[in-house]
Amino acid sequence: MSVQVRQGQVRATPSFLGKVIATLSYGDRVETLEEKGGWVRIVPPGSKATGWIHSSALTEKRVVLRAGKKEADVAASTGELALAGKGFNADVEAAFKARNREIDFTWIDRMQNLSVPPGKIDAFVQEGKLFPAGEGGR
Amino acid sequence: MTRIRGTAAAALLLLAILGGTGCATLEEAANVGTSVAKSQGIVTGEQAKSITRVTKAVAKTFEDITPEQEHYIGRSVGAVLVNKFKPYPNGPANDYLNLLGQTLALASDRPETFGGYHFLILDSPEINAFAAPGGLIFISRGMLRCCGSEDAVAAVLAHEIAHIQLRHGLQAIDKSRVTEALTTLGAEGAKSYGGQNLADLTKVFEGSISDVTSTLVNNGYSRGFEREADAAAITILNRVGYDPNGLIAMLTEMEKHLKPGGLDFAKTHPSPRSRIDDIGRQHAGSKALAEVPARQARFRKGLGNI
Repeated sequence: MSVQVRQGQVRATPSFLGKVIATLSYGDRVETLEEKGGWVRIVPPGSKATGWIHSSALTEKRVVLRAGKKEADVAASTGELALAGKGFNADVEAAFKARNREIDFTWIDRMQNLSVPPGKIDAFVQEGKLFPAGEGGR
Repeated sequence: MTRIRGTAAAALLLLAILGGTGCATLEEAANVGTSVAKSQGIVTGEQAKSITRVTKAVAKTFEDITPEQEHYIGRSVGAVLVNKFKPYPNGPANDYLNLLGQTLALASDRPETFGGYHFLILDSPEINAFAAPGGLIFISRGMLRCCGSEDAVAAVLAHEIAHIQLRHGLQAIDKSRVTEALTTLGAEGAKSYGGQNLADLTKVFEGSISDVTSTLVNNGYSRGFEREADAAAITILNRVGYDPNGLIAMLTEMEKHLKPGGLDFAKTHPSPRSRIDDIGRQHAGSKALAEVPARQARFRKGLGNI
């Protein structure tokens, strides 16, 4: 399977609070070992240890980062490939911005640059007495 | 390339003729159409094969919009919303919302989107909350004022995360636009588009943004979609350890504040009462919302002056 998101988090356990042990990038191919409640156990590229990634980060299709005409034809006819950067992409967004100059993207860029480190989420969960012990497979 | 273009043009023509026909029938019709054209000598056998092949690729739905494309749709939808409602640039309030929201998103059935989940407060007294495809979520100050606890805010955010998880926004895009985009995409290989192709795609993109934003701001989703989102929200709340009664508490408060004829949730959502009734059938719990002091303290600190 291929990673279909910009960054996919690989965790030590099949749980959303599992420790993040690796981060995969868009288009990375992974070998899958087993599936459990929406989580897939994989071997990250270049690693021996296995980890768990959520199935929403993966696609059955092979993601091609730089597609040529041949891949485009295959993608169109078989649907087995997903071509990165095709269709609605940064170029289309730029053309959209040029046609709609009154629409400001500053806050959208700010929102997307804001990240919350996993450690902060753990502390937030603990402080709020959330996620009762024994649930969620930590 | 010329052949492919010709084929795409034929498929588009076919789409134009069929206009509004469902996807399954579209494919069947393409087969019939091409065999008629072939028997009349309009297209060669090879061309007929290509038309059928491309139409198969075209006979798809929003499900074929990749997370990367969804990300770009969501960015522009979000930009239109921020332009209309204006951001509320309060650091601590937005930080709190992001911490809470990202915790909830991680527990959803779709924790990973192309660009991740991000939350922003809108500086509007109206009662509004919007989920742009891909993970950008906007909550108005008016909506946050209907929330008396962290559990209630969690319910609002979980409902919006559910719309993204269920890809409701993408389903607001006119199906003919989706097929048109996929036709152009299926027929062209280059990573960057030049001239006419870029112009065509941009038009389809612009139309798609308008479909999604007008659904979010003016028309609202179907009651069925809202029911689905409330049900998924309750699942998320339970997984994280929030009291699903937070959703009922928020809706009860919202009912008091919504003004008949208002252009916000009064217009775009089923009435809070009918949502409570729908939730009641799924969620039997009716006990009062329990207050957790640590949660209440940080809720007051983050959103107390909203």
